[in-house]
Amino acid sequence: MFGMIAELAKGMGITLKHFFQPPVTTQYPEVKRPVRNRFKGRHELKRYDNGLERCIGCSLCAAACPADAIFVEAAENTDDERYSPGERFARVYEINMLRCIFCGYCEDACPTQAIVLEHNYELSFYDRQSAIYTKDMLIVDVPVNGRPTPQVVEPGVFTKAIPMMENPE
Amino acid sequence: MSDLITLTIDGVEVSVAKGTRIADAAKRIGNDIPVFCHHPKLEPVGMCRMCLVEVGLPVRDRATGALLTNADGSPQLNFGRGLQTACTIQVSEGMVVRTATEPVLEARKSVIEFLLTSHPLDCPICDKGGECPLQNLTMAHGVGQSRMHFGDKLKLDKHVPLGDLIYLDRERCIQCARCIRFQEEVVDDPVIRFHNRGRSLEIVTLSDPGFDSVWSGNTTDICPVGALTTADFRFGARPWELTPVASICPHCPVGCNTTMSTRREAMANGRTVIKRIMPRQNEAVNEIWICDKGRFVHHFADHANRLTQPLIRQNGKLVETSWGEALDFVAGKLQIDAHMVAGLAGARLSNEDLFAFQRLFRDGLKSQNIDLAKRRLAGGDVAAQVGLSSGSNLKDLGKGDAILVVASDLHDEAPVWWLRVKQAAERGATLVVANARATRLDAFAAFSLHYEAGQALATVNQLVSMAKVETDTAVTNDIVSAAEALFKAENLVIFYGSEGLAYDETDALAKLLGNLLLIENGHKHAGRVNNGLVPVWPHNNTQGAWDMGVHPAYAPGYKPVKEAGLDATAVYAAVANGDLKALYIAGADPVGDGLMPDRGKLDFLVVQELFLTDTAVLADVVLPAQSWAEREGTFTTGERRVQRYYPAIPVVGQSRPDWQILAQIGERVGLGKPAFAASLTFKDVARIVPQYKGMDYRTLAQVEKQWPDVGGEDLYYGGNAYENRSGLGQQWPVTAEKSAVAHFDVPTVKTGRKDGLQMMWTAVLYAPGTLVDCSDVIAPRKAQPVAALHGTDAARLAVADGDWVEVMVNGTAVQVTVRVDDRAPVGLVLVAGVPWWPGTAVADLKKIVAAALAVN
Repeated sequence: MFGMIAELAKGMGITLKHFFQPPVTTQYPEVKRPVRNRFKGRHELKRYDNGLERCIGCSLCAAACPADAIFVEAAENTDDERYSPGERFARVYEINMLRCIFCGYCEDACPTQAIVLEHNYELSFYDRQSAIYTKDMLIVDVPVNGRPTPQVVEPGVFTKAIPMMENPE
Repeated sequence: MSDLITLTIDGVEVSVAKGTRIADAAKRIGNDIPVFCHHPKLEPVGMCRMCLVEVGLPVRDRATGALLTNADGSPQLNFGRGLQTACTIQVSEGMVVRTATEPVLEARKSVIEFLLTSHPLDCPICDKGGECPLQNLTMAHGVGQSRMHFGDKLKLDKHVPLGDLIYLDRERCIQCARCIRFQEEVVDDPVIRFHNRGRSLEIVTLSDPGFDSVWSGNTTDICPVGALTTADFRFGARPWELTPVASICPHCPVGCNTTMSTRREAMANGRTVIKRIMPRQNEAVNEIWICDKGRFVHHFADHANRLTQPLIRQNGKLVETSWGEALDFVAGKLQIDAHMVAGLAGARLSNEDLFAFQRLFRDGLKSQNIDLAKRRLAGGDVAAQVGLSSGSNLKDLGKGDAILVVASDLHDEAPVWWLRVKQAAERGATLVVANARATRLDAFAAFSLHYEAGQALATVNQLVSMAKVETDTAVTNDIVSAAEALFKAENLVIFYGSEGLAYDETDALAKLLGNLLLIENGHKHAGRVNNGLVPVWPHNNTQGAWDMGVHPAYAPGYKPVKEAGLDATAVYAAVANGDLKALYIAGADPVGDGLMPDRGKLDFLVVQELFLTDTAVLADVVLPAQSWAEREGTFTTGERRVQRYYPAIPVVGQSRPDWQILAQIGERVGLGKPAFAASLTFKDVARIVPQYKGMDYRTLAQVEKQWPDVGGEDLYYGGNAYENRSGLGQQWPVTAEKSAVAHFDVPTVKTGRKDGLQMMWTAVLYAPGTLVDCSDVIAPRKAQPVAALHGTDAARLAVADGDWVEVMVNGTAVQVTVRVDDRAPVGLVLVAGVPWWPGTAVADLKKIVAAALAVN
């Protein structure tokens, strides 16, 4: 009987302790909680340090996608108009965010680590059309020392698409 | 059969024909021995070593020759000392093959590792990735990890244009030589070759322009890696994203079975477009090949200039209108005096379209004035009686058989027929070629008879009657020997075309050749399998047009009409002199083809077309039709095989299928409700045309297993050609198969030949025209207007190679380049790349001086 009361008091004690602690509510969107490192948010298409796009338009992400959310259309690079190392680049890259289930298979499938599910979780749309993220929306900004694509490059430098995980010189 | 050989492969007994290689025999029982260089359509070379197996032969006693047995009674086997290549070794009686033993598996691993030593492993960007034999076999037999350093791989050119159409990636090439062997052995265009040796080995092109062959696209199909890609499909899509749709090539009377790979495309605003065209296996028609025209000339279907809405002339201008208005207007205008209205159709339309066309005119408007807009080749009625018998296959012709080709350049008119005739000649068939000029088939012919322009009928007459003529020239001797060879032949197939012949000459020619097939010489050729006449029609469905009765004198099924209407020539004359008030043209461009100068004194002209052609511009109403890629239907080949094609891409604009437009006009002139599907129109065809009896869309879609098996689900031929799942078509039987056929009365034809230097139109594959002009990829190969003439003629006329001259074609002056070519016969100028004209004409070459050219 006495033991029961002690347990009850202990539990009420914890309640009482939290009663005097500051509240945990964050004032979103003014305040944003950081997400975990491995959080899977909106995709980004990455670039190499020199500004070239990592994406080579191979469409393996689209093949891996269980929700058929990704659409890729490839075209051929030239040294006068180069988007990515190698011959092939993504002329069209679209992800339908309404379809995406954020499983990350596209990341796994990507041979150049071009597509990464990053930390942006703020995805809301007024209509279906705006749920389709195009390449312009997905691709990251050009790095400080890089040049925007398409680039005019010297012939014979960026002949290989993969495997070339490191930044090309 | 005595020439069957029984062997055991992995414990399974199989009987195959003598001469079969082990790899092909194994395929029969579903045992896939991996291969790279081997291809059942090519001679074996044993270069890649992927197919190594253990081969055991029964041991015989040296003295007696008796088979030795083990103690348990099983035959003693000698497995030799090593592995042997299954692709080069022919099967022999009692042979035992082991394909899954430890040494065999070890050898496969090693070969894969060796092939990958310098392979770039760029599968993600490779067009073959996903249907690549190297990829598949590496997954199945490779070790997974290489002992080679990635950095040591050779860095080679990845973008080597072998020509305008084919690109080579030197890094990916595994040096199997399939492409080179195909070009040499199969199509006799040895324009690519290995250069250097070992690691420096590369494929180079020897021709100028590069890879100058009309078969080049096939090398990309049979390439077991992604080394060869087409300019059309390069980086176009990944194979697994493509939807295959069965189709029939819309270009020539061969009727190659094709598959269109389609995909939705963002660049086309989300429309589904044709990404590539590949062959679909049909061993009786095109085997696994198609020519580059069939492969690359498809862009017209998606072209931005396609008509999307009906147009009607208001205040002198064509303005867009609604279908209802256009059809009501057309139906109202056409119902005038039956003698005052005529219809001309193109031979590219489907059987359903052509049937609906003749029905509208015959039943609806009570007019017999219907014909094909381009009357180039006659003899459909002859072919209906003594045509190539049903069940024939050019692949079955060989030793003891004969093929006669008259007045046709098969290589440019019907490339796959050229290929199959050539192959029959190589198998031992006697090939006789008769033409006014040398063609590429001459190289394989036992007898090449080159007659003088205008002498085609006389020559064939000699051939048929075997009459010795007085002048004992070499040609005459050749004719006699050739005629003997044709009479002696077990089977006889005759191709005839219209090169240098007028329409009535081709009619006489067809009948002469029909009589040749009817000659009794122990056995009659007509009506037997692998015998008969094949007209080399100018278009893909000219045969269907004859069958459907798009002819002023024949109703559907070759029933003669009581009172024949005006033929196309008469129609054009009546247009000019005002005897005709209304003309309906479906799928043809007589103005652009130079057959009709303008709309003459017509009150009313309707054109049903894909594009605003030169004829359509003059029309009062233009009705937009659907191309073959957007709809279904059937085409009939020159071998009278009715084949079905399927819709692949969405409809362009408001265009409608031709048969539907015609039936909807028919509804307005009292022909009843139109059928709502092409299949129902075809049911009408099968009901009314006796030759098509028993056919419907289901029977046309029937398939059977095709051998050699190259289009299946296996790991190494999968990307070669598409498996035929959508229909092999049906060949309709000719009269001679069922009943006796009387000899044809050959009309005497006066050649309208005038004295002087003669000029003849010759066919070229990529002839300029509405369809070819739409394909940018083929543009560099498009035929330029050229006049080829012999050196002596050139000297006499004082023109040199490269000069520009003016010639009159159908009454219009055309500028052509002179090519001095001693292969052209003396006294005959060969003109190509200009609109067709019938027969020969007097060549009145006017040299254009440079100054005048500059002004133009």
